[in-house]
Amino acid sequence: MTLPLPQEEQELVCYHCGEPCFGGVIFFDRKHFCCDGCKTVYQLLNSNGLCGYYQIDESKGISPKLAKSEDRFAYLDSQDVEIKILSFRNESECRVDFSLPMMHCSSCVWLLEHLYKLNAGIISARTDFQRKSLHVVYQSSHTTLRKIVELLSTIGYEPDLRFADLHEKTEKKLNRRRIYRLVVAGFCFGNIMLLSFPEYLSGGHPDHTMNRVFSYLNLLLSLPVLIYSGGEFFISAYQGLKAKFLNIDLPLSLSLAITFGRSLYEILSGTGAGYLDSMAGIIFFMLVGRYFQDRTHLRLQFDRDFKSFFPISVRIKKEETFSTVPLSELKKGHRIFIRSQELIPADALLIEGDARIDYSFVTGESKPEHIQKGKMIYAGGRQTSGQIEIEILKEVEQSYLTKLWNRKQEKSAQIPTDNMVHRLARHFTGFLLLLSIGSFLFWMPYDISRGIHALTTILIVACPCALLLSATFTHASVMSVLGKNGVFVKNAGILETIGKINTIVWDKTGTITSASQMPVTSHIDDIQLYPFILSVVSNSNHPFSRRITTLLEGSGVKRLEVNQYKETPGSGAEGLVSGVLVQVGNAAFTGLTSTIEGQTSKVYVSINHIPVGYYSFGNELREGIKENISWLTRDGYQHMLLSGDKSSGIEAVTGIFPSHTSMHFSQSPHDKQAKIEELKTQGFRVLMIGDGLNDAGALISSDAGIAVSDDINNFTPACDVIMEGRSFGKFRAVLHFIKHTRTIIIGSFILSLLYNVVGLGIAVQGQMSPFIAAILMPVSSVSIILFTTSVSRILASRLGLKV
Amino acid sequence: MSVIYLLIGISIPIAAGFLIAFLFASTDGQFDDDYTPSIRMLLEDPKPEQPNKTSTQPEA
Repeated sequence: MTLPLPQEEQELVCYHCGEPCFGGVIFFDRKHFCCDGCKTVYQLLNSNGLCGYYQIDESKGISPKLAKSEDRFAYLDSQDVEIKILSFRNESECRVDFSLPMMHCSSCVWLLEHLYKLNAGIISARTDFQRKSLHVVYQSSHTTLRKIVELLSTIGYEPDLRFADLHEKTEKKLNRRRIYRLVVAGFCFGNIMLLSFPEYLSGGHPDHTMNRVFSYLNLLLSLPVLIYSGGEFFISAYQGLKAKFLNIDLPLSLSLAITFGRSLYEILSGTGAGYLDSMAGIIFFMLVGRYFQDRTHLRLQFDRDFKSFFPISVRIKKEETFSTVPLSELKKGHRIFIRSQELIPADALLIEGDARIDYSFVTGESKPEHIQKGKMIYAGGRQTSGQIEIEILKEVEQSYLTKLWNRKQEKSAQIPTDNMVHRLARHFTGFLLLLSIGSFLFWMPYDISRGIHALTTILIVACPCALLLSATFTHASVMSVLGKNGVFVKNAGILETIGKINTIVWDKTGTITSASQMPVTSHIDDIQLYPFILSVVSNSNHPFSRRITTLLEGSGVKRLEVNQYKETPGSGAEGLVSGVLVQVGNAAFTGLTSTIEGQTSKVYVSINHIPVGYYSFGNELREGIKENISWLTRDGYQHMLLSGDKSSGIEAVTGIFPSHTSMHFSQSPHDKQAKIEELKTQGFRVLMIGDGLNDAGALISSDAGIAVSDDINNFTPACDVIMEGRSFGKFRAVLHFIKHTRTIIIGSFILSLLYNVVGLGIAVQGQMSPFIAAILMPVSSVSIILFTTSVSRILASRLGLKV
Repeated sequence: MSVIYLLIGISIPIAAGFLIAFLFASTDGQFDDDYTPSIRMLLEDPKPEQPNKTSTQPEA
């Protein structure tokens, strides 16, 4: 057993993917490759003159995942499926949008846009880097959807196939409409300002007809602003009224209407120039604010439903053949095949095959569960070994997991939340109405026209727009700062809710701990054994085996050939390496009679039935989680832990929570949701932090739900906030920052009140000149915008957030 | 001063022309993706003579 460790080959990296070549080097075309997959991609690119790919960026290619079944895209040949995926088709031409999560650098853009070189049927391919999508136009006479998808998978960009997302298209249209509104408002606002200049400077040009012409032009220009751009405020105010809810757009619409009405009167009667410039200004600034608020994070999806996680089609067994049908046509009683690494779409019975189901999506438990024939398999589980045949018991919509999703959808149709901005706006509006009516009554006995003048001017000058603007722009800038720090907020309303929470409920696996960083300690001293162990464990898909594999490969150990490999589920794996029997598994499997006591999970190794040592696994906590939790405790937050794990995981978390924290283990998704609801009825304001589908119900039930994800483009359950796993160390700072949003809004509101007091002081006397009113309006708006953005940025950098 | 009528008569239609041009461009999808084109313009098409530069030396 003298096997030198392959030290000298450590610097060998794969020409294609840039990963070190441990599992044996393939030498081809004077270049090194780590695996056949990488070599294949290189050959394909090279023979098509696409090697420029490697010269563009530092970043390297993607190693295609091999060993997936040949015909796994066969369902794309089915007409039903094809129609649902394509976004357009006629006799000769088809268009399709793919989402390619693997796209990551400019080389990807280059390669993908040269896709036509690899498949002659492709007319063009366009990438959208930020959305990670690819738009392909192809001739259906020359190639098929399946071939394109297979090609993409071969070169390492496996598309994330979904049924044609109608949703995305309407979103695009909505987005454009918002821009149109903004642009029209901006155009008219600018022109009205220019035409109003003579009025500002000298109270009108000496030439009376010229003044009138300008006024009429202003009137003309203000119509599109009011009707087209400002229309949405009126509609929203009306809808609010209909639902008996005074929303924030009501005072705004009121003041817009009064401003326009008064201006119309002044212009038509020839008594003045009106306030059309301020009206257009309000609309323009409001739209700018809302644009920035809504612009963030197009590529993130907060409201995914279960369908986005399930396969889009299934293979149904009919007598002896099988056919591919879309998931929606799956009925009770159907027999379907599930291949390795596929998700179970609906609750079913196991008929045939070796079912080892990984329920980490549903329960958070990452160890695959072995299912006996005739037993139930729940939707959301992932098959991890070989093909199985199952019989559907419940339809997709009726399954255990999907019910969770449906339940909360009823709840989301709640009345709009009554938040601070709304309340302030309402009080402020009430106060203004009183004030204006009061001053009208005061002047009425003396001079009725002066009374009307005062009434309208007060409403125009002191309209709650300043308040609306401060809220809108504060939210926009807070959200953009959060986005830079890896925290993505679904909408502005949630910021205030988060500011008010007092209880934080944590999920364990994946949230506090991170599976990919699970620490493993080697208790095997003989390094010459490493290649033998690696050769065996690299064949197994068990999480522990994978962790040992990455550990050993990371230290440069090379694989050897394995014979008679055998894996006993729940026990371990064994194989012959160079004639030596290597067994890796639990104590009984490796022939140990006495086990080593301790809290951690262990995997034992024996060579030729002689125990040589073991690996012990801990539960890796996310970086900074401990500090954050103790800080938050000091800040007065209550904690609670809800874990899907067995209580054996407790030792990993006891140290980090205060001793009185209530911890619940073995919680099903429903239990979690019930616990959250219970807390809420007790009057706690609950923030739920979770990661998996098993937290989906709880995330929705809580006042605010944060989903933690290591790859935000990959998977997140429906939630209010998506947080990148690596930003978790800043959790407390983020929470504080969100809390202070309220302070910033109040601060800028006070600032705008100061303007209003000055303006009102003059307006109440009925002596406000249009000049001052017109100047005050944009100046106060712009200064409030500057105030909110700068204050929130200063605060963020004080809290240690990226700005 | 009546020349100002002429000026306004010219300037507003010109400005409106730009507005319409912008709206058309936006409808056309020109502003849907404001990042990829900046990458795309830096990338070159593969040169046609490059492909046959395969191995001159077999496996070492």
